[in-house]
Amino acid sequence: MTHTPTRALQYSDVHVGTELPLLRLRPVNRTMLALYAGASGDHNQIHIDIDFARKARVPDVFAHGMLSAAYLGRLLTSWVPQTQIRSFSMRFVGITQIGHIPHLTGRVTEKFEADGEQRVRLQIQCANQYGEPKVVGEAVVALA
Amino acid sequence: MADKSLIGRALGTTTSAVEKGRLRFFAKAIGETDPVYTDEEAARAAGYPALPVPPTFLLCLESEGRDPQAIVEDIMGFDLGRILHAEQEFSYHHMAFAGDVLTFDTRIADVYEKKGGALQFVVQQTRITNQDGVHIADLRSSLVQR
Repeated sequence: MTHTPTRALQYSDVHVGTELPLLRLRPVNRTMLALYAGASGDHNQIHIDIDFARKARVPDVFAHGMLSAAYLGRLLTSWVPQTQIRSFSMRFVGITQIGHIPHLTGRVTEKFEADGEQRVRLQIQCANQYGEPKVVGEAVVALA
Repeated sequence: MADKSLIGRALGTTTSAVEKGRLRFFAKAIGETDPVYTDEEAARAAGYPALPVPPTFLLCLESEGRDPQAIVEDIMGFDLGRILHAEQEFSYHHMAFAGDVLTFDTRIADVYEKKGGALQFVVQQTRITNQDGVHIADLRSSLVQR
């Protein structure tokens, strides 16, 4: 019997409108922000120290925008191997608060050829459980 | 108060060694479940020479050799408590891996305002190369002061 490896995603498999599988993550909590501060090297106190946050007149610490960006990165690399990602851009449009549940979604918006390869453009988004967008962006990935 | 004379200003060149322990810590912090990012055997099975640097971690390495607070306050003239990350772009040319030594050449690419000066934006651009001079990626980061 022949073992058939999982076939890699191909250009012909996707169409404009094809959606990436939803990536729904755990609710954001303070430990996650402390870990992200340490691991990313972004020690801005607004994300980890509630006393600092209150002095800056915000009611509580909130998530690093780049944590949501990293989640979008996970959305992409769970869809294609990272070597196929050509570009990735985003706008930070909302604050992710403690207790928000990141919902990562993506959709193919264009199929095209550039630099001698087949590529697709994706619209990607990190929203919370209420559907409020927090980070919106796009990515270009190459597909054989 | 950021002004247009900052456009083109070099923020210096820094280097950063990619350490596998830090990659694993980052993977943990973002809840990564794909073993390619934490297990060297899985990374090699995927055709990588070592643990890969995930898509957004390049920005973390960029800020490692700098004092971002001093750049924001002393060069841009921003108040740390009033700034937000507005936009971020990554253009990838080659992947980076644990063991690489990356060079980050950063400059101020643009300064502009919106809403009659109520919002001030400063855009930084970084060219990343590895120890062999291979062009890894370009970053573009936009900060806004409210």
